[in-house]
Amino acid sequence: MNFFTRKKSAASAKERLQLVLVHDRTDLTPAQLEALKDDLLKAISKYIEIDPDAVQIGLERDGREQRLVADIPLRSVTRNRAG
Amino acid sequence: MTAQVITVTSGKGGVGKTTAVANLATALAMDGKRVVCIDGDIGLRNLDVVMGLENRIVYDIVDVIEGRCKLKQAMIRDKKYPEMYLIPAAQTRDKNAVSPSDMVRICNDLKSDSDFVIIDSPAGIERGFRNAIAAADRVLVVTNPEVSAVRDADRVVGILEAEEKGNPSLILNRLNPTLVKNNDMLSAEDVLDLLGIQLIGIVPEDENVIIGSNKGAPVVTDAKSRAGQAFRNIAKRLQGQDVPFMDLDSQSGLWSAIQKLTGRK
Ligand SMILES: Nc1ncnc2c1ncn2[C@@H]1O[C@H](COP(=O)(O)OP(=O)(O)OP(=O)(O)O)[C@@H](O)[C@H]1O
Ligand SMILES: [Mg+2]
Repeated sequence: MNFFTRKKSAASAKERLQLVLVHDRTDLTPAQLEALKDDLLKAISKYIEIDPDAVQIGLERDGREQRLVADIPLRSVTRNRAG
Repeated sequence: MTAQVITVTSGKGGVGKTTAVANLATALAMDGKRVVCIDGDIGLRNLDVVMGLENRIVYDIVDVIEGRCKLKQAMIRDKKYPEMYLIPAAQTRDKNAVSPSDMVRICNDLKSDSDFVIIDSPAGIERGFRNAIAAADRVLVVTNPEVSAVRDADRVVGILEAEEKGNPSLILNRLNPTLVKNNDMLSAEDVLDLLGIQLIGIVPEDENVIIGSNKGAPVVTDAKSRAGQAFRNIAKRLQGQDVPFMDLDSQSGLWSAIQKLTGRK
């Protein structure tokens, strides 16, 4: 690998640990998190129209606390009707 | 006197728990404190050799628990610091010979005439670890700036939280400033950010640690060793003193501090 373009390994270590620790702490595997997202989207779609591709759901760390953060843009009803 | 009971643990093996116990105890003894170390690694006794006391062992902690000797008889007095004692682990294969309540009882008996009781925990999160934390007033978690060690440290911190053992403090051991400077090793800031606990000291990688354990003389007794200085600083912090950390703001902080010390550019 080229010395100048090589991504330094400390950054990979940190990124990988960030992910692993969140899953370790919540005892939730990445696959379970995906299933949770699907269920969540299904439940929300029963009531309001959402754009599944714009949805962002993930686990975030804040010190030693974890939270499930969801950013779910809603489709505008007026625009839907107009269209 | 009421001793503070301090347990040194880690999750992953081989990160420097025994080294930390031997050095912190010796540094506290050098500061005139009365210290009792307990080797909690039943079946894998090691603290005795690191402290250079292996030839003096007659009784061990299981002999105390099973009533074959008095607590005082199992306390080996250090050669150089008469106010420092070691209670060795047993080499028996039965790890269940010690229970958490045994540890609490022994520590309570030691508390009245010492300043610090320091317990060396075995690796892992099994019985030996549970025993080691049972009597702790304060827990020090040792890790290395390396993915598996940090991950295991996080597991241990999670268990300590669940057991309501108070806030543990971190000893980051074997940091290599050159690697950190080249962004090829997690920095102290990275590890603290990942683990989310307070820092009590950073100990650099230092060959004098190995030389010290070869001789059975912990590296804190070597005035010139950088790791020795780091452990002496941690011992001061355990006594409540406010000893400044080497510059942690920049990733190369520790490195430049060392360069200054050695007069290199
Ligand atoms: N700062 C350091 N610099 C260089 N070598 C070190 C340092 N700290 C520890 N070591 C070496 O690392 C090895 C493991 O250390 P130690 O036995 O203290 O780990 P441990 O956590 O007690 O291991 P175990 O889990 O097996 O009980 C030893 O050979 C020791 O000399
Ligand atoms: Mg050990």
